[in-house]
Amino acid sequence: MATAPEQQPTREEKAKLDAEFASLYRAHLRDVYSYSYYRVGNHHDAEDLTEQTFLQAYRHFERAQRESDGRPLRPWLIRIAHNLAANYYRDRSRRPQTPIDDAGVLSSPHTTEGLVEDRQDLKRILDGVQELPDDRREALIMRFALGMDNREIARALGRTDGATKVLLHRAIRQLEEIVKKAEGPTG
Amino acid sequence: MPGERTAEFEVRLSRALAPIDPPAELEARVEDTLGSLVDMAADELEAWELRAMRDPRNWLRPAAAVVVGSAAALGLVVVRTRRRRHKRRAAAVNALDLAGKTLKDAAKEVRRVIEDTTPGR
Repeated sequence: MATAPEQQPTREEKAKLDAEFASLYRAHLRDVYSYSYYRVGNHHDAEDLTEQTFLQAYRHFERAQRESDGRPLRPWLIRIAHNLAANYYRDRSRRPQTPIDDAGVLSSPHTTEGLVEDRQDLKRILDGVQELPDDRREALIMRFALGMDNREIARALGRTDGATKVLLHRAIRQLEEIVKKAEGPTG
Repeated sequence: MPGERTAEFEVRLSRALAPIDPPAELEARVEDTLGSLVDMAADELEAWELRAMRDPRNWLRPAAAVVVGSAAALGLVVVRTRRRRHKRRAAAVNALDLAGKTLKDAAKEVRRVIEDTTPGR
């Protein structure tokens, strides 16, 4: 049976596609890195995960753009990172490291006030995030670290908007309970 | 109030899960890797274009476009020429005159179709 001739973009189409991918990369490098970092808990693996995410995204960019129907591609990128992170745990049979690298979050600019109490509070919250079930942890990372709205999170997780709203609500409530317990009766 | 408590907790959560800036060397590393991928893709595209020119299977699409386009143009000439058949028959003195008028009409139509399908018009 004769096969249809392979369809390739023209040189101009390819150049345009590459330029669009470059702007997607510049716009979302920090998002992908933040997501990866909070998923894997250390900079070394977060860097690998970020690189792999963009390589995979580059390979499928043309199709993603065609199918996105003009919608933002950030949920698609985060979904790639999410799938790669899932493989990362499966292949290496490991869970997110607890606690998250001290070199990361706790020394980043938002914690430089030098208040020990404040640092402890943030650490309790981060430890609590790691205790959450995977889907709740992911939803919180997307909402708070990446500032994604319900619709974007729903697309990244492959859920409905309604289910995502419920997921976020339950995640926050569960985390609040975990942190309260960690603070003790005086907290 | 539970609502206020949750709002306050969300503020603490936002601070704990602040975005993390990627290290500068990661940006350079990813950009290098993507740069080589883009170069490889450009080379591949060039090689594909050359292969495609040599492979007769890839001539099918442009050839088919020419055939379809020509058939459509020919169809247009025939339809337009036939549409005026009655007018020509009434005006013709004899069969030879009718054949001459039909030929002239068809030639005029061919010229019109060529003008209509010329790019930039």
